Amino acid sequence: MTGSEIWTTLLGRFEWSDLPFVRAWEKGTLSEAIGAGAGGVVVVGAVLLVALLTYKRWWKPLWSDWLTSLDHKKIGIMYIVLAFVMLSRALIEAVLMRTQQAVAIGAPGLVGPNHFAQLFSTHGSIMVFFMAMPFLTGLINYVVPLQIGARDVAFPLLNSISLMLTAGGAGLMMVSLAIGEFSTGGWSGYPPYTEAAYQPGVGPDYWIWAITLSSIGSTLVGMNIAVTIFKKRCPGLKLMRMPLFCWTSLCTSILMIFAMPPLTVATLMLALDRYLGYHFFTNDLGGNMMIYIDLFWLFGHPEVYILILPAFGVYSEVISAFSSKELYGYVSLVIATMAIAVLSFTVWLHHFFTMGQSADINAVFGIATMTIGIPTGVKVYDWIWTMFRGEVRLTPPMLFSLAFIVTFVLGGFTGILLAMPPVDFVVHNTVFLVAHFHNMLIPGLLYGMIAGYQYWFPKAFGFRLNERWGTVSFVCWVSGFYLAFMPLYVLGLAGLARRTQEILEPDFRPWLLVALLGAFLLLAGLATLFVQLYVSVRQRDQHRVPVGDPWGARSLEWSVAAPPPEYNFATIPHVGRRDPWHWRKANGGAYKPADHYRDIAMPRNSMVGPVVGLSGAVCAFGLVWHIWWMAAFGLAVLWAAVIARSFVRRTKRVIGAREVEATDRAWLATAAAQQVHPRELETTSANAGLAELHA
Amino acid sequence: MPPSLAKACRRVARLSAILGLWPLSGCAVLNHGMLAAGGPIMAQERHLFLVVCFVMLFVIGPVLLLTPLFAWYYRLSNTKSVYRPEWAFNWPLEGFIWIPPIVIVMVLGLFLWNDTHTLDPYKPLVSDKPATRIQAVALDWKWLFIYPDAGVATVNQMVFPADRPVHLDITSGTVMQSLLLPRLAGQIYAMAGMTTELNLAADHPGDFSGENVQYSGDGFPHEHFPVRALAPGDYAAWLAAARADPGRLDLAGYKRLAAAREVSGPRLFGTVAPDLFHGILDQTMPGVRSADMTMKGMK
Repeated sequence: MTGSEIWTTLLGRFEWSDLPFVRAWEKGTLSEAIGAGAGGVVVVGAVLLVALLTYKRWWKPLWSDWLTSLDHKKIGIMYIVLAFVMLSRALIEAVLMRTQQAVAIGAPGLVGPNHFAQLFSTHGSIMVFFMAMPFLTGLINYVVPLQIGARDVAFPLLNSISLMLTAGGAGLMMVSLAIGEFSTGGWSGYPPYTEAAYQPGVGPDYWIWAITLSSIGSTLVGMNIAVTIFKKRCPGLKLMRMPLFCWTSLCTSILMIFAMPPLTVATLMLALDRYLGYHFFTNDLGGNMMIYIDLFWLFGHPEVYILILPAFGVYSEVISAFSSKELYGYVSLVIATMAIAVLSFTVWLHHFFTMGQSADINAVFGIATMTIGIPTGVKVYDWIWTMFRGEVRLTPPMLFSLAFIVTFVLGGFTGILLAMPPVDFVVHNTVFLVAHFHNMLIPGLLYGMIAGYQYWFPKAFGFRLNERWGTVSFVCWVSGFYLAFMPLYVLGLAGLARRTQEILEPDFRPWLLVALLGAFLLLAGLATLFVQLYVSVRQRDQHRVPVGDPWGARSLEWSVAAPPPEYNFATIPHVGRRDPWHWRKANGGAYKPADHYRDIAMPRNSMVGPVVGLSGAVCAFGLVWHIWWMAAFGLAVLWAAVIARSFVRRTKRVIGAREVEATDRAWLATAAAQQVHPRELETTSANAGLAELHA
Repeated sequence: MPPSLAKACRRVARLSAILGLWPLSGCAVLNHGMLAAGGPIMAQERHLFLVVCFVMLFVIGPVLLLTPLFAWYYRLSNTKSVYRPEWAFNWPLEGFIWIPPIVIVMVLGLFLWNDTHTLDPYKPLVSDKPATRIQAVALDWKWLFIYPDAGVATVNQMVFPADRPVHLDITSGTVMQSLLLPRLAGQIYAMAGMTTELNLAADHPGDFSGENVQYSGDGFPHEHFPVRALAPGDYAAWLAAARADPGRLDLAGYKRLAAAREVSGPRLFGTVAPDLFHGILDQTMPGVRSADMTMKGMK
């Protein structure tokens, strides 16, 4: 065996020049230096994290309290932490792209064409698969079992495996910064551009395997949540009594089950093309990329509603809670949610009106697209009428909800425009389209996630987030959005193509500068969220809400302590109507000990989740670099872990009735000792989580 | 849309830009793209755009008014406002919520059905003169335009007479691209081994531009080319000059052209091998007759 054969066997197609640091040294360009800097941040960040964990002796608590935990609440929190980490990276990339476009007007700018293409590809892939999906999955994971009166999800171990597969995919995205390069084919990865003939390097392979890990994780999440909602509701909680967040979670999980597999199939077919010389989507030998585009959007359009529906659920909860009112038009909202979920499968062709099909086909899909506007409009009005004759408080979650309503209808406006095929012909693939989908997803997803994070944070950690910093953050997020994306509508109408690394038209400059300012404000929005968290943790003793109902809300998650015990409910609640917690408070049934406490069996920790996630990522890394032994090893460990798990018999841990009773009585004593706070003092330290009742 | 209305619209758009932050430089953007339509197709597309904008004002208007109004009036500190926490349903209001959106979508649906068929990119433009036929080939990162009737070809510039329609047959010699002429016609994809079509015309002689808007690799941002609509006499003169060019393009020459990564500036070929376009289509589908693979087959 020669040296190069040994190298290839051990390290696949890796070469030293695959390291961005080496490239930066050899070429010395600013673009490569930025790439090396980003890779350096990943490496230094990882080293610092390891050092911190070691110094603080946090390895053991991290492993036994978090990574191996099957508690749906902890898994939910970990999902959201992952989402914030990835949001930070992808938002910085967005600012870099905006800077590039603002300075590269008839000039090369900061980053080269290939680097810029990697930026928009990672930005999109991360925001969809590793920011939005983990964020909404985290919220659903945390909230749904509490809202339906369950102790955990239906399949706790599967939950952990889903999280770790997603984290493995996210890890692969981070590794691609420090070793090799990422795809330049955008988040949608259209072939034939992503085929080996045009992109022979590792980039598209990183994309394929990161997406595949995440899409498998999301399919499993969908099954888990759907089964949880169907089978684990507490007695009396009929479907039409569920909080609206549960409804939107149910629709999202059903969409995940049906929409994620086409994506997995499409990426795997692309992998077959690239690895084994198949010709599904190639230019030659009978391949046809139109099949990929069809499959991708068969996933891609329902995906939009996977992302948006949970936020709709959050808004329904937040607006009702901060108006101190029952949600207006519950039945309408449920029907509208279901209608959106069904219709979302009938419109995927509007992503490629420009592919040359007949006017009949385009018109049918255009009308189907506009039809989705009906249930969406109904929802918007239901939220508005929820405030009618209420007692509205402009807390940060409520501010985000109001900004969502106003901003989202503007996105709907441009969405109807894009649903018109002749208009789409003109603005498709321009920054008008970029402005439109950011106009849907920033208010329709991100504001909702931030609102949900602020709304349920006191439940999860037992203290409120600082409202003043929350408001500052709100101002940044909203003004930043308008400044960053309204100019893109104008530029798109003027014909500026999306994904443009260099601008040839000097007339576009003023608008691009405004958009850049907006991007910096959005970054400030994220930064102030972190400041808010830091300040709130520092002030946590003044903001504690141990009784658990800081907002005077109506659903079951507020009926337990903040943070809730591991088993959520000392006794499983019985529900007689909608808004059960409000009803119990109004009828004097709140904060009462149970007649009888029982032993509670909860799932034991398991290392299968982290092992599966890590070995899945190792396998994917081996596949990316053609390190076949590593891929085989990763796959073998993954299956071994799953098989070994089936021999584990002691999967439950019993918490004694006496311990449950003691914990419950201690919480009830706390509740009895606290003062009821009026709504006016909700955002002060008078709020101990015991809200004033209002009939 | 009558030109006076178009001009008025542009003036309104310009006025609103003036009220913004960049009074002088900002409005120059309106001279590009849809708002500065230069031909009948784009003018109709702009018309539809403005009609939909107008109708949508009635959809978003109430939301933009009611949201801040309710949030403000029913604020906690307003002790005069009524508080009805259990009020959560009202039949007439349900009608108000459901029926107007349904009616609006039905109205817009009629527009959509009608205009999608009128503005079908495959539909030839009505004219008493025959259309100029141009065959467009998307390459890395340039565009080849073959004039089959005149037997000439250009790279990175499209020239046609302004007094008659233009019919484009489009394919790709590389990855998928999308041809957009921002002031003349909406885009359509260019895909290897397949043909798509686009029909357009210019109102007057003038200089326009064209671009690929589907990301296709490193040279993508430079994939712009001038589009020149000439007066009939000027076009005849241009054609005569083009025919006199010594450059000759056949399949071998095409392959060299396709392999050259970026070609800066326009180029001319005075002679083109007959049926080169179908030869290019066959490059990606050996053994398959290209005529069987046109997108017409999907109709």
